[in-house]
Amino acid sequence: MYRYDEFDHQLVGERVKQFRGQVERRVSGELSEDAFKPLRLMNGVYLQLHAYMLRVAIPYGTLSSKQLRMQAHIARKYDRGYGHFTTRQNIQFNWPALNKIPDLLEELATVEMHAIQTSGNCIRNVTSDQYAAAIDGEVEDPRIISEIIRQWSTFHPEFTYLPRKFKIAVTGHDNDRAAIKLHDIGIVIKQNELGDVGYEIHVGGGQGRTPLIAKKMADFVPKAQLLAYLEAVMRVYNMLGRRDNSYKARIKIMVHETGEVEMRRLIEAEFAKIDASQMLAVPPAEIDRISAYFASPEFETLPASSDVLEAAKTRDADFARWVRANVVAHKQDGYAIVNISLKPIGGVPGDASDVQMEAVADLAERYSFDEIRVTHEQNLVLPHIRLHDLKTVYDALHAHDLATANLGLISDTIACPGLDYCNLANARSIPLAQEISERFADLDRQYDIGELKIKISGCINACGHHHVGHIGILGVDKKGTEFYQISLGGSADENASIGKITGRAFTEETIVDAIETVVTTYTDVREGGERFIDTYRRVGLDPFKERLYAE
Amino acid sequence: MAQHSSKGARFQAVTANRLSDGEVVYLTPDNQWAETFAAADITDGPEAGDALLARALPADFELHVLEPYLFEVLQDASHFKPASVREIIRAAGPTVRLDLGKQADAKRES
Ligand code: HEM
Ligand code: SF4
Repeated sequence: MYRYDEFDHQLVGERVKQFRGQVERRVSGELSEDAFKPLRLMNGVYLQLHAYMLRVAIPYGTLSSKQLRMQAHIARKYDRGYGHFTTRQNIQFNWPALNKIPDLLEELATVEMHAIQTSGNCIRNVTSDQYAAAIDGEVEDPRIISEIIRQWSTFHPEFTYLPRKFKIAVTGHDNDRAAIKLHDIGIVIKQNELGDVGYEIHVGGGQGRTPLIAKKMADFVPKAQLLAYLEAVMRVYNMLGRRDNSYKARIKIMVHETGEVEMRRLIEAEFAKIDASQMLAVPPAEIDRISAYFASPEFETLPASSDVLEAAKTRDADFARWVRANVVAHKQDGYAIVNISLKPIGGVPGDASDVQMEAVADLAERYSFDEIRVTHEQNLVLPHIRLHDLKTVYDALHAHDLATANLGLISDTIACPGLDYCNLANARSIPLAQEISERFADLDRQYDIGELKIKISGCINACGHHHVGHIGILGVDKKGTEFYQISLGGSADENASIGKITGRAFTEETIVDAIETVVTTYTDVREGGERFIDTYRRVGLDPFKERLYAE
Repeated sequence: MAQHSSKGARFQAVTANRLSDGEVVYLTPDNQWAETFAAADITDGPEAGDALLARALPADFELHVLEPYLFEVLQDASHFKPASVREIIRAAGPTVRLDLGKQADAKRES
């Protein structure tokens, strides 16, 4: 795992000190709110409905047990005993007091974490595949290049005042779990015919009020030239991106308005200039240095199957179901990837209590080489668990209500904080997720329905990814009352697509029935082994609309 | 400033978030900031609303609260309640965590 060097420590330390001074000056009245607000936002401090909210970055979704324990400590000492894992691989605390946040940040820095780049018009926390370095078929651990990008982009003077925020995601695998086509820049690590590793670059994806799928701008940028290429994209954006209208300021709008071909030409022209200067070539020694932080754990040589595991599955049907739903094959024989669902039936998607976080940290320390991952679908992962430890891990998770066997199923909903917390919300998201999971609580029914991703946002900012939900739900406000719009057919993976709106919105009382109508329409018309998204792609919107709006 | 009242609103109150901890507060008849909606000054008629908001804006409040604004209040039977779901939630706390926010404080006190 990446460790701060002296420079990183100093940087974060100074930033905390600076913020402490800024808070003091705000409280004493030296700074007005207008002057202070951008400063607090640069440190991840937002104002929500009931309190401040602090957003802490979890770079590329990797945490050590010590770091996760610190989140538990913060939840207990500075908050109300829980944290919220978000779709951006961050954790949010919903109740910190302003004058305690500098102390909080100081404690956070002791485990090499911070809240920088979680807000503002900068390059945000780089996100990545939660199965990095554990899944078979990966070209390279995506966290290496994510870390290189993080170092290049943090406080880069040219990128501190971009026209708008900028999000980068990286995957090293053809199965995209990082939603790279919905980011300003999405990077897929590739290997060419010669065996060289390079990067396929997608530019201009995003959600919000104008959802767009990124366009592929380069098929293969060689390793040493990646930063030069990214810098070229950023420069073109910085020079030509719109600053007059924040709704039009994202690079996706620029790509859309400029056109793919012209955009590619502009980037390549800029790239040629930067590349010729060699200023940003990444020296192989530096790549090696960073790669060393992500060296593979020392896996034991184990058989590919485990009698202990098989016997436990036979004895305990619930355990067997959990293995089937939440455990994924590991690249190393005798190991598995464990997904921890933060979507208990009737629970708040993405919330974890201090005690739960500590339980997961303990398991990671004992059984998973000290590593935890957080996913953009608001779950946690123990990436390297020995097959014969699975039952022990399951029992410990179960004791903390962390063993819901619903990964990728209808109750594994993404939901933004919505009107229960968020200042920008039109409608609540979380209660809907809870009602849906209760409606479909029966696991056998969920398995029968199969893979189905419901994603809920409380407003058009789309923090809950509703545009790319197989079923997306968007909260809208009509004269102070909540309504919900349904869209179908979205997808955030390598075949990314934006969902289509079914028609008029539903009320709080009718929305869950409407979701059930969508689901039964699918189970009625599906063929063979079709998943929801396959059926939707075959039959389109009409059969669903007919049933939803039948009088 | 966000718009949380409508043109036709009859009853209105002013709310803000407290600087020190973000707690939702309401402007009271004696120009204090109280934590409960019950203590809020509620005005009748648009001009009275504007006058109420004007009382919330003086620079001396910069030290205590953030972003004060007017919101619509409805009268049902004999008591007032916020008109929008948003303001109902602000006045109570998250509907998904009844153990947190003002609703929990109220329970503890009673
Ligand atoms: C409660 C405080 C929050 C505020 C004030 C907030 C604000 C925003 C705003 C204004 C946008 C739209 C940006 C744009 O379109 O340019 C946005 C987008 C987004 N936010 Fe949030 N958000 C909040 C919480 C969250 C949470 C909890 C998550 C994760 C669950 C999240 C993840 C995202 C994502 C993924 C996007 C879409 C990015 C895109 O446009 O491609 N946000 N947020
Ligand atoms: S989608 Fe809207 S309601 Fe949900 S967290 Fe984002 S800004 Fe808030």
